[in-house]
Amino acid sequence: MRTLPATGTSPHEITDDLFVHEPVAAEVAMEVAASAADAPWKAALKRLGKNRGVVPAFVLIMVITVLAFVGPLLTPYTYDGQNVAHSNLPPKISGLGWLGFDGLDSNGVDLYAKRNITEAHWFGTDEFGRDMWTRVWKGTQISLLIALVAALLDLFIGVLYGGISAYYGGKIDNVMQRIIEVLVGIPNLIVIILFILILEPGITSIILAMTITGWVGMARIVRGQILQLKGQEFVLAARSLGVSNSRIMFKHLIPNAMGPIIVTLMFTLPTAIFFEAFLSFIGLGLQAPLASLGVLINDGYKGMRLFPYKLVIPAVMISLIMISFNLLADGLRDALDPKMTK
Amino acid sequence: MRLYFLKRLGVMLTTLFIIATVTFFLMKLLPGTPYSNPDKLSEQQLASLNQKYGLDQPLPVQYARYLGNLVQGDWGVSFQFKGRLVTDIIFERIGPSVLIGFQAMVIGSIIGLGLGILSALRQNSLFDLGAVTMAVLGMSIPSFVFAALLQYYVGVKLGWLPPGLWEDYSYSILPSLALSVTVIAAVARFIRTEMLEVLTQDYILSARAKGISEFGVVWKHVVRNSLIPVVTMLGPMAVSIMTGTLVIEKIFSVPGLGEQFILSIMVNDYSVIMGITLFYSTLFILVVLLVDMIYGILDPRIREKWGEST
Repeated sequence: MRTLPATGTSPHEITDDLFVHEPVAAEVAMEVAASAADAPWKAALKRLGKNRGVVPAFVLIMVITVLAFVGPLLTPYTYDGQNVAHSNLPPKISGLGWLGFDGLDSNGVDLYAKRNITEAHWFGTDEFGRDMWTRVWKGTQISLLIALVAALLDLFIGVLYGGISAYYGGKIDNVMQRIIEVLVGIPNLIVIILFILILEPGITSIILAMTITGWVGMARIVRGQILQLKGQEFVLAARSLGVSNSRIMFKHLIPNAMGPIIVTLMFTLPTAIFFEAFLSFIGLGLQAPLASLGVLINDGYKGMRLFPYKLVIPAVMISLIMISFNLLADGLRDALDPKMTK
Repeated sequence: MRLYFLKRLGVMLTTLFIIATVTFFLMKLLPGTPYSNPDKLSEQQLASLNQKYGLDQPLPVQYARYLGNLVQGDWGVSFQFKGRLVTDIIFERIGPSVLIGFQAMVIGSIIGLGLGILSALRQNSLFDLGAVTMAVLGMSIPSFVFAALLQYYVGVKLGWLPPGLWEDYSYSILPSLALSVTVIAAVARFIRTEMLEVLTQDYILSARAKGISEFGVVWKHVVRNSLIPVVTMLGPMAVSIMTGTLVIEKIFSVPGLGEQFILSIMVNDYSVIMGITLFYSTLFILVVLLVDMIYGILDPRIREKWGEST
């Protein structure tokens, strides 16, 4: 800090060179050196890295996402291309026979040799001879897409609703909270099923149906956060400086509530993937030839006794995705908001 | 406190009213007719059927009539099963659902509590790692995947238990197990976190300082205090079991309410769909209220809050 403009040096004046830095431990010095605004995020990132599950989960999600787009291009087949001559072939990957990818059916007969098929279907084929490798990755792609869009819609509506409710408070808050109270009382699965029935099954209707009830959780989290924040001094300071309401909301309040928002968003993703699979499994999902993981599991389930691979492969895929998202969300929660751990 | 519950009751009734209203109008928007062979019916037959079920009236009249009947406990007649009361169908179907749901809850709570408590007491041990891994798996893998795998490996391949249908008690075991997996995982995780937090509290230190045996400390102080918040899980658990029964009953061909719900949706049996929706919603709302009450009884601090809000 500069002192008063110098009007001549008196012996009692305190000058900068009188101050010496206190030697600090290297770790603390790093924290001090980081700018104040970044510090919590850096600390969170550090905590995140320490979590056992996060790194593998993150890598797995990345690999699955990339393969969901690249996977279908690695084979000459398309997800809806039918070939009756190749129907119901078991999985075969040369070199991975010991893992069960040996091209043998449940009676131990090598169907590839029996039918003189030279190509290998890595994950086998379904009853129409469609390549399962391509279908599984295509399905993963669709499941991820549905989850992502549903989560983003929840985020948008939830942040807006919760933010407005908390920031304006009073009567507005009261009315908005009563609406939420009623919505929370409705079992969301039933609403989702009813809406799908009306909207006719498809990607858009699944997303819309999930959003109708899905945003409530996000809205509640955001409201709670903003209620806590809006009483703090920096908001008062911003307001007395004449900052507009919307600017206070989007530049001051929401960035400070980002931690819990991200955590809630991360937990929405596996929930959405589950609901999509669930709907498809009870026959309210996508229509053939489109495939999501839920549709594939449903198809596989029907032929489970004769062709277990048709069920096992998409089931493993959806489980891997759910596990990774849950682990990542857990890690993020612990790292971003230690208080939310429950 | 009385005012608090009156308020809650008000919200409950409003919620039910809105659910009834929304379901009614959604049903009207559904494609298809509730009659099994609409193409084969002549204009005249269709008109007389519509008249019989009151479907020829204008919508507001149908709606008012529906609400009036609902309040009087008349939930209508099924279209699919000629002339059968919706309430009869619900009561006939509820048995198997309650049985597997209850069993799943009991199995899930016992195994979940056991796993969670042991792993919290041995934090960071190999057992803890195993339990946490299992909990993540249980929470992540969809229950219908478990159900399908259980049915295939235990029911079909090993043949230990019947893979489907509903004849004697043994038929309820596999569906209950499949349903309980999510409960086990959720309870284990919850009690573990809760216990780890309680273990760091000062009163545990003072209990140890008093010279209480380790078992006494764990049982009387740690576990008891950790159990209180577990009650809050009953609500979400009941919901997950309700969700679960829909698909697990379908997989194991259990003649329960969930299976009926899906069947009714497939054939547009309006009155049954509405009835089951309302039934599920009422159940759900009651469970939430019950959980709040139990929580208040267990934890005096919550009771004080009720007083404040009045």
